[in-house]
Amino acid sequence: MLVSLKWLKDYIDLDLTAQELADRLTMAGLEVDEIKTLSHKFTGVAVAKILSVRPHPGADKLSLCDVTDGTGTYPIVCGAKNIKAGDVVPLAKVGAVIPGGYTIKSTVLRGEKSDGMLCSETELEIGDDASGIMQLPAGLALGTPLEKALNLGDTVLDVSVTPNRSDCLSMIGMAREVAALTGRKVKMPAVKIKESDEDISSLSSVSIVDADLCPRYSARMIKNVKIGDSPVWMKTRLEAAGLRAINNVVDVTNFVMLEMGQPLHAFDFRFLEEGRIVVRKSRTGEEFVSLDEKSRILPEDTLLICDGRKPVAIGGIMGGLNSEVKEDTQVIFLESAYFNPSSIRRSSRRMAMPTDAAFRFERGIDPEGVIRALNRAAQLIAELSGGAVCKNYLDEYPKKIAVVENIPLRLDRIREMIGVAIAAKDVVRILKSLGMTVNQESKGKYLVTPPTYRVDIEREIDLIEEVVRLYGYDRVPVTLPAVSVTEMAVIPRLDLEARVRQLLIGNGYSEIINYSFTSPASVDYLCLPSDDERRNFVVIKNPLTEEQSVMRTTLAYGLLETMKKNINNASFNLKIFEMGRIFLHRKAGELPEEKNILAGLLTGKASEDLWGSKVNVDFYDLKGCLENVLYDLKLEQCRYLASASEKFLHPGQSCGLYVNETHTGYLGQVHPEVMRKMDLKGTAYVFEINLDILEKQIYKQISYKEISKFPAVTRDVAFVIPVSMEARKMLEIVLSQREDLLENVGIFDIYAGKGLEDGVKSLGLRFSYRALDRTLTDTEINSIHDKIMHNTVRLTGAKIRA
Amino acid sequence: MIGDLQQLEKDALAELAEARTEDSILAVRTKYLGRKGLLTGLLRNIAQVPVEEKPLFGKRCNEVKEILETKITEALERQMQGKKEEILNREKIDVTLPGRGIRPGRVHPVIQIRREICDIFATFGFSVVEGPEVELDYYNFEALNIPKDHPARDMQDTFYIEDNMVLRTHTSPVQVRIMEKVQPPVRILSPGRVYRPDSDVSHTPMFHQIEGLLVDRGVSFADLKGILTAFLKKVFGDDTILRFRPSFFPFTEPSAEVDICCVICQGKGCRVCGQSGWLEILGSGMVDPAVFKNVGYDAEVYSGFAFGLGLERIAMLKYGITDIRLLFENDIRFLKQF
Repeated sequence: MLVSLKWLKDYIDLDLTAQELADRLTMAGLEVDEIKTLSHKFTGVAVAKILSVRPHPGADKLSLCDVTDGTGTYPIVCGAKNIKAGDVVPLAKVGAVIPGGYTIKSTVLRGEKSDGMLCSETELEIGDDASGIMQLPAGLALGTPLEKALNLGDTVLDVSVTPNRSDCLSMIGMAREVAALTGRKVKMPAVKIKESDEDISSLSSVSIVDADLCPRYSARMIKNVKIGDSPVWMKTRLEAAGLRAINNVVDVTNFVMLEMGQPLHAFDFRFLEEGRIVVRKSRTGEEFVSLDEKSRILPEDTLLICDGRKPVAIGGIMGGLNSEVKEDTQVIFLESAYFNPSSIRRSSRRMAMPTDAAFRFERGIDPEGVIRALNRAAQLIAELSGGAVCKNYLDEYPKKIAVVENIPLRLDRIREMIGVAIAAKDVVRILKSLGMTVNQESKGKYLVTPPTYRVDIEREIDLIEEVVRLYGYDRVPVTLPAVSVTEMAVIPRLDLEARVRQLLIGNGYSEIINYSFTSPASVDYLCLPSDDERRNFVVIKNPLTEEQSVMRTTLAYGLLETMKKNINNASFNLKIFEMGRIFLHRKAGELPEEKNILAGLLTGKASEDLWGSKVNVDFYDLKGCLENVLYDLKLEQCRYLASASEKFLHPGQSCGLYVNETHTGYLGQVHPEVMRKMDLKGTAYVFEINLDILEKQIYKQISYKEISKFPAVTRDVAFVIPVSMEARKMLEIVLSQREDLLENVGIFDIYAGKGLEDGVKSLGLRFSYRALDRTLTDTEINSIHDKIMHNTVRLTGAKIRA
Repeated sequence: MIGDLQQLEKDALAELAEARTEDSILAVRTKYLGRKGLLTGLLRNIAQVPVEEKPLFGKRCNEVKEILETKITEALERQMQGKKEEILNREKIDVTLPGRGIRPGRVHPVIQIRREICDIFATFGFSVVEGPEVELDYYNFEALNIPKDHPARDMQDTFYIEDNMVLRTHTSPVQVRIMEKVQPPVRILSPGRVYRPDSDVSHTPMFHQIEGLLVDRGVSFADLKGILTAFLKKVFGDDTILRFRPSFFPFTEPSAEVDICCVICQGKGCRVCGQSGWLEILGSGMVDPAVFKNVGYDAEVYSGFAFGLGLERIAMLKYGITDIRLLFENDIRFLKQF
């Protein structure tokens, strides 16, 4: 809401500076976003009078004028047609600067001297009228600087009015608020109408079919109007408020809306068939062209203002093109009504017509302000357009608009809610300053009736808020609550996340945050099979872009996109991770499944240092990091299953992760085909882990195992096995023999190539034997070791390398 | 003979002083103290010393022997020391070369802020709760006193999934879900991602919020001021000046915006604070009785306050970030700064 201080002063005496007023309003809940200074964009322009006009001897389209500013007379060459001797006009004298930075100079035009320029509204950027020289009121003193004569220049506060304060969407509403803050009185504009003898009820009628949506409809008629421009004072008011002047009738409806908060509409009566108004809901498929010249099929249940035959306006939102006020309009049918707020809001949203009128109706206007605004507008239309207001007004009011009365208010309750005892007399004074009626019921108890324009006040808490708002939040003390002791509920997964985050940071990974929405093409890039559950997107109905139109079902795609962006910035070495949710659609009407996922990506060199490692990362760098995390979490039962990988990973360098035999995630190199499709060079390794599942695997109990005091004895053996055979398999077979004295088996070497046949590799295992109670003898060890070797060879077909 | 002894001591010490290498020191020892050494030779000749001089001569001989032995040992130690130092010198490396090992990564700045705020409120006894990010219209709006077709919905543009399902526009629905389940006292904090269709220098369609709620008997607006003042002073420093300003949220009444004196210009007015000298930090208010009614709490018995703040905004202020979108571009050069 733009509040012109000049305009505001029409309704209240103000001795605060703009900044002071802005501060007071802000601290009372009407936040002032900006203080704008409007100033004229010219200098050296004065009020002048044309003494004579005669044709230019050398040019058909120009005339020669003598113009006086009261002290001197100047010859002016002028091209406008609308001037005559005696006109009072703006004169830009030699040396004047007009908008656009033009400086007026003494010049000779087609042989005739010209010492200045007569200006139009547009040339001075005062208005939109470019049709000729601006005509000033005759009474202005000659020589007065134009800005002074027209009272140009203003300070405008841009106030952000919260949705509850519909009463502040008008100048008088703002004045009321300022009055409550400063203790002054609001000066309401006096409404005086000279009515003609002709009674409106003999000319027209209103019938409301749907009283729920339109509880009240009132109208006046003004005859013999002459449509033209509004005077400068009206134009400057509207412009300060951010509206464009149109004509002396439409401007009045806008002016009164801004002044009193009541939206109005003016019809050209000659286009109202049968001369009457019917208020009803739209019918299926009904089409309508509104003032913005757009044709719409109206949604059902849209409230329409119709004449005897057809719709002429969308009630409370916008008038119709078919009944618009035109240059030759003579009879005005002026509407002032109350419409159901939520119906207006629904319609304006559905048709995407957020008009100033709808904005006010949907927030709730003063039900008792309808007639006052009607009369005020009729008076102004008559004054500005020379018309005559018909006797009486139509007022269909089939449904009483509920207003709230006698809200109980307890002083004790104020103290409890606010934490400070505000004196009874202060409470009463504050409420009365806001126009409320306060009656004491008993000691400390009151019945309060808010003014009808305060549609936001219905309950005791609403009154308490008003009291503390004007009492001043800064005067409320600062205390700490005396709260009961409660047990802290903990979400175990959050602890896990915090721990994993630290582990990954320690392993060199940096955290990223990608948007939770993604492109539907993400799953195609990842070549997910057609029956993959990750294709079941949660779809956003009103996305900002196609790339953000569905909720993600994997974090991997976002990581690859992040990699791409970084590579474009020449950051080739990346270790990144993200924690966030994926969303899987279940069925319509049901909330989707949300899973908490940890995902990471690794690409580039293993070390950032140029003088250090120059080796590229590989699968084992990624796996090592995950193993570190799992080790820290004491998750020992982890399996890496190559057969349980993902389609978008390299089939030979990826696997599923099983923790305690539960599928928990995957890791591996991104499939070269996916990299190619995403236009990514090099290799990338990714993992995803379901944190909800991982959290359930964590076993918090630690039980100590006795440590042997006796030395271990090791035996190294190299097995020759097929290249395709996994190391895990060998270890499993060895360990499955459950020899108690075999303390540990580890891989110490892996080799394929020279000295070995094609298709086989050598896997070096170190067997470590130890007993808790004694030093093992060679004989003892040999007997167990030989048995294990024998069984291993038998079960795997491996050969022992000499 | 005594004279010979004095001369011998003098000569030996002079030779020792000249000896620069381990070998030459050892040679001095052999020359004077060895089995065929000069001092040994003198001692062997003690028979030729007159009887009355014998005790003194013997004593002096031993003294000289001791002095020489000490001096020679010292010289040898000095020599060894020099040798060790030489070896160490040869092992000198360039300590300015970078160290080996894994450089730690960084926690995302928004998550750092989240951690800081959750830690502060943990000291006030608030525990962290969670809720769905795809939320029912009921929890996101209606239960929070924002009916359908109400202008308050304009305050938060919304992504819709279905007619009655949205991407949550704030983390406030979590408080409703929790209050439906537990009876007061309630002290919860709900951090998380929220969504609004908006994208420019100061808006991203996804951002993070933390919502706090405290409900108990006798909680007042003064308590709200107390907790939030304590919190903001912990985040922005003890000297932080703040103000509570009336505002409107459908689910709280009275409602307050909390501003802090601009951390950039100290209240003088700058670009960051829009010349006002104040920075909007969080929204807050006393829980509206309508919300209590929706979750079945008796508003005559219990009262409480709620507050919410955007993590990105805090991160931007703390780190001087001027474009919010940087936080989600995940440029590693940006992330490594935090």
